[in-house]
Amino acid sequence: MSRTVRRRLITGLLFISPWIVGFLGFTVYPMLASFYYSFTTYDVVRSPIWSGLENYTDLFFKDALAIKAIYNTVFYAAIAVPLGIVVAVGISLLLNAKIKGLALFRTIFFLPSIVPVVASTILWIWILSTNFGLLNAALNAVGLPKVGWLVDPNWTKPSLILMGLWGFGGAMVIYLAGLQDIPEVLYEAASIDGASSLQRIVRITLPLLTPQIFFNLITGLIGAFQVFTTAFILGGASGTAAVGGPANSLLFYSLYLYLNAFNFFKMGYASAMAWVLFLLTMLTTMIVLRTARTWVFYGGVQ
Amino acid sequence: MSDVRSAVISRLRSRLLGKHAPSYFLERGVIYALLIVFSAIFAIPLLWMVSTSLKPRSLLFVFPPVWIPQPMLWRNYYDALTFFPLVPYLANTLYIAGFNVVGHVLSASLVAYGFSRIDWPGRDKVFILVLSTMMLPGVVTMIPLYLFWRRVHMVGSSAPLHGFGPLMLPALFGGAFNIFLIRQFFMSIPEELCDAARIDGCSELRIYARIMLPLARPALATVALFTFLGSWNDFMGPLIYLTSRDQYTLSLGLRQFQGQYSTQWNLLMAASTVVTFPIIVLFFFTQKTFIQGVALTGIKG
Repeated sequence: MSRTVRRRLITGLLFISPWIVGFLGFTVYPMLASFYYSFTTYDVVRSPIWSGLENYTDLFFKDALAIKAIYNTVFYAAIAVPLGIVVAVGISLLLNAKIKGLALFRTIFFLPSIVPVVASTILWIWILSTNFGLLNAALNAVGLPKVGWLVDPNWTKPSLILMGLWGFGGAMVIYLAGLQDIPEVLYEAASIDGASSLQRIVRITLPLLTPQIFFNLITGLIGAFQVFTTAFILGGASGTAAVGGPANSLLFYSLYLYLNAFNFFKMGYASAMAWVLFLLTMLTTMIVLRTARTWVFYGGVQ
Repeated sequence: MSDVRSAVISRLRSRLLGKHAPSYFLERGVIYALLIVFSAIFAIPLLWMVSTSLKPRSLLFVFPPVWIPQPMLWRNYYDALTFFPLVPYLANTLYIAGFNVVGHVLSASLVAYGFSRIDWPGRDKVFILVLSTMMLPGVVTMIPLYLFWRRVHMVGSSAPLHGFGPLMLPALFGGAFNIFLIRQFFMSIPEELCDAARIDGCSELRIYARIMLPLARPALATVALFTFLGSWNDFMGPLIYLTSRDQYTLSLGLRQFQGQYSTQWNLLMAASTVVTFPIIVLFFFTQKTFIQGVALTGIKG
């Protein structure tokens, strides 16, 4: 290593030193520690006691609530994420049709996504109230029966999905940016060849939007696996004493993990849950990445 | 001549694209109708929030719902704020958010400089490591970090500012996403600028502070804005780390208020409006940074 190279190395490392310290202190150390805790019984008061794989076997084979939490989370992710993509892409396509008043429409669709999550959750609890909520009033006006949005275990997750859809604005902005990058010539060429609007969307727009769809799919899944705040507030608001909502229908994975760690002080068990979540997230991401080759279309058009 | 030509071409083009066909108008009509219906649906919840916040109790449970209460009960805001200690919660939130904004902008830009302007061996491999940490779910590190902050007596500390440590100190070490965002921007600034400064004997730290930081203002603004929003909205962090009520942030305080006044919807909506309003104002003043920042997060992904 020549003197100048060594000098550059030292300067570079000095510049990134805040990250190095943070990486070691806030990522590497906690990861190793939680990995160790995940094989122990640890109630914070006494030191951790080695218990081998017990936390993991409990999680998968003994703990009915954990299974319920995994089911709830997968159910939510499997519906909320694809549905969110359909709604966001659909509205972005409408907004991309060279309409007047774009800025106004875009603002209306974007604003819900920046409402602080605690405020938006409380607002939705009010809207979804069974007896006095706005949504049931609307249903009533068209002759439909009341729905126990937040009290009927069958409807709590659809309610949460509805709330999530309302905040799709961030994804919309990403799609709109992607749509603007699609060269106008492609549409003109297709029109000259006699393609209809629908054909243009299916054959040109959607394929060229797949990188953004792919990005939102991955981040959406990771986010859905970690849903916490809305569930935490909704669960406590349903009138039942338990935090998991009616019949634990809102007991999501991160919420159950939080309860184990900070309400039951089962730090070892919660650490095992965290690692399982981490591995499941990685696995899902890898599977989606693997499929990307077959459906994500990267550029190549000038 | 060329004017005529381009006019002919555009006429031809619009004919080919069917801009005068009846189906074209039908299509436009459907698009506008859909947009108006959907945007109305999306606007309703926030309008309902403000509407409810101005109602007397007697109008809350009326069917069909009243949208514009007569008279508007502005007193609800006063009442809500006597039960909901807005000023201390706001002060706590701004204190945490302010520290995070300054800390993240400084630390992330320093690190981003090291990843973009200094060519050291292994740099790009280490940068991949930075990116990969973005994938890590927060709950994996949550428990050991909590235990760590407890051990250094920063959880439940009665000293007023001490207890904020776990929510502020991590800002000094640059977040991966912020580093990424600023680095991408630094990469687009011509290297020649720095080389010229180096030839003039400028130190790297000076180049960073005097050349790169001023030029990267848009990226820094994006990081500042998102960091601010993140702190303002954060719920899980304050929930875990803040134990005494006088340390609560707005989000945590609002949730606590909801637990106590769960049926006083007019007061709850007034408090929710108060917590939401600054963010909406912020959005209108920083729209460009906002939209560009969000778009930026997606494009490079």
